[in-house]
Amino acid sequence: MLKDITLGQYFPGTSPVHKLDPRTKLLMLVVYIVALFTAKSWLSYGLCLGFLVMVVAVSKIPPKALIKGMKPMIFILVFTGLLNLFMTPGETVLVSFWNITVTAEGLERAIFMVFRILMLISATFLLTYTTSPISLTDGLESLLGPLKKIHLPVHELSMMMCIALRFIPTLIEETDKIISAQKARGADFESGKLMERVKALIPILVPLFISAFRRADELATAMECRCYQGGEGRTKMKQMRYMRRDFIAYFVGILLIGATIALGSFGL
Amino acid sequence: MAPIIQVDNLTYIYSQGTPWEHTALDGVSFSIERGEFVGIIGHTGSGKSTLIQQLNGLLKPTSGHVLLDGTDIWADKATTRQARFRVGLVFQYPEYQLFEETVYKDIAFGPKNMHLSPEEIDRRVHEAAGFVGITEEQLKVSPFDLSGGQKRRVAIAGVIAMEPEVLILDEPAAGLDPEGREEILQNIDAYRRAKNATVIMVSHSMNDVARLTDRLLVLNGSHLAMDGTPREVFARAQELLDMGLDIPEVTRVFLELQKLGADVPAVYTIRQAVDALLKLKEGK
Repeated sequence: MLKDITLGQYFPGTSPVHKLDPRTKLLMLVVYIVALFTAKSWLSYGLCLGFLVMVVAVSKIPPKALIKGMKPMIFILVFTGLLNLFMTPGETVLVSFWNITVTAEGLERAIFMVFRILMLISATFLLTYTTSPISLTDGLESLLGPLKKIHLPVHELSMMMCIALRFIPTLIEETDKIISAQKARGADFESGKLMERVKALIPILVPLFISAFRRADELATAMECRCYQGGEGRTKMKQMRYMRRDFIAYFVGILLIGATIALGSFGL
Repeated sequence: MAPIIQVDNLTYIYSQGTPWEHTALDGVSFSIERGEFVGIIGHTGSGKSTLIQQLNGLLKPTSGHVLLDGTDIWADKATTRQARFRVGLVFQYPEYQLFEETVYKDIAFGPKNMHLSPEEIDRRVHEAAGFVGITEEQLKVSPFDLSGGQKRRVAIAGVIAMEPEVLILDEPAAGLDPEGREEILQNIDAYRRAKNATVIMVSHSMNDVARLTDRLLVLNGSHLAMDGTPREVFARAQELLDMGLDIPEVTRVFLELQKLGADVPAVYTIRQAVDALLKLKEGK
């Protein structure tokens, strides 16, 4: 059941999207988000959606996986939708009861916002689905490189992120195992009052924390044994190099953001 | 009387519909009688761990049935829950599931979930501790202050305290020193004899399964490859080796002796080997 969590998961593949340089993908995500926020009309929204659909198609990521990833976001989506629906003032009143009014503007805005969040999340998921944690952090480290000048521990930060991403599946697996073991001893996580359910988590959390600390300790020792030390003078096994496909991607990205800005200036 | 466990054409597929789809068990059928000591062998990824989680209803079959004492364990919710208590499952490295403040409380976790009376829980905790050699003083300390081998025994006691009719253990002796191994295996056998329980043990140690079990199930590539007494199974030594499995050391020695032309039978325990050699000596 916990295996259904797809956060930060990587779907191995050989599509052009997978092969893109991680720096390209990270910057393109930024470009896409900017484009999404400058988009004010349905037309420019459609452009962003078209771009997203194209990337999904090229990446060969099953759309099912993207939809599955949305599940934990349902609360935010519903909340945003309702808030915009009821709180937007407007002229054309559609429904009015008690002291709640729903306007046409509100309805449009709610759909707009929900779509924006959906597209935002899908794009972010696409990044982690098509990029292995290691190349993702490599890309991030390289992009944040200039910040080293102001003594920001860029390498350490990206290493921490890499380790965190790397251990999400491990910890999920571990949690699954502990849940099974406690279920085998008759632990019941599915019924009872709130307090009972919270208490039922103790047999999972205590072993999970202990094993997380043990793992962290072992990992630190293992890194120490291999003489790991921070960024200075460290070389990479996989050197990142821009290829033709990266320039194509940048070109498409610039087209997209150019188009949304141009459409925006025409008030579309 | 129905066999205690009957597995009927069991298939289980992990992550169906994702790129990780993987068939862990494919059309497995067998039945186990009361009081049997069954060993399950097979190399890593052959489906052993998946199979044992089917037997107490932790995993639901993709297709096929698991019958406990003649009833499908997925018949209804109460039956499934009952199956968890009737079939005690000890996972690999069970010491990582300990969580309570004292050893006593940890062993009492299972019986408490069964909603037994405090007196009955107390009796079971002491009895289970006795089976695995945990002393009265050790019951009062924190499980995290014990040694690895002792933690393992506490975890096994935690399952034994539910007094399951079927006790399943996944590599109970993995990672222990020879003395610890032997003690734990003896503890398990003691429980089986005292309660006339059925025991199913997954193991990589051919010497252990050859010595202890009445029957062996061999899993290979999600299929049940062999099912028979240790004698029958180890008689097919070459097939086992082809599957990438081991055979008991003594069996290997006697196979070599046969190749050299010695008139010795196939054996799989030290005891049998000694008898065979004595017989050979007397015959001369």
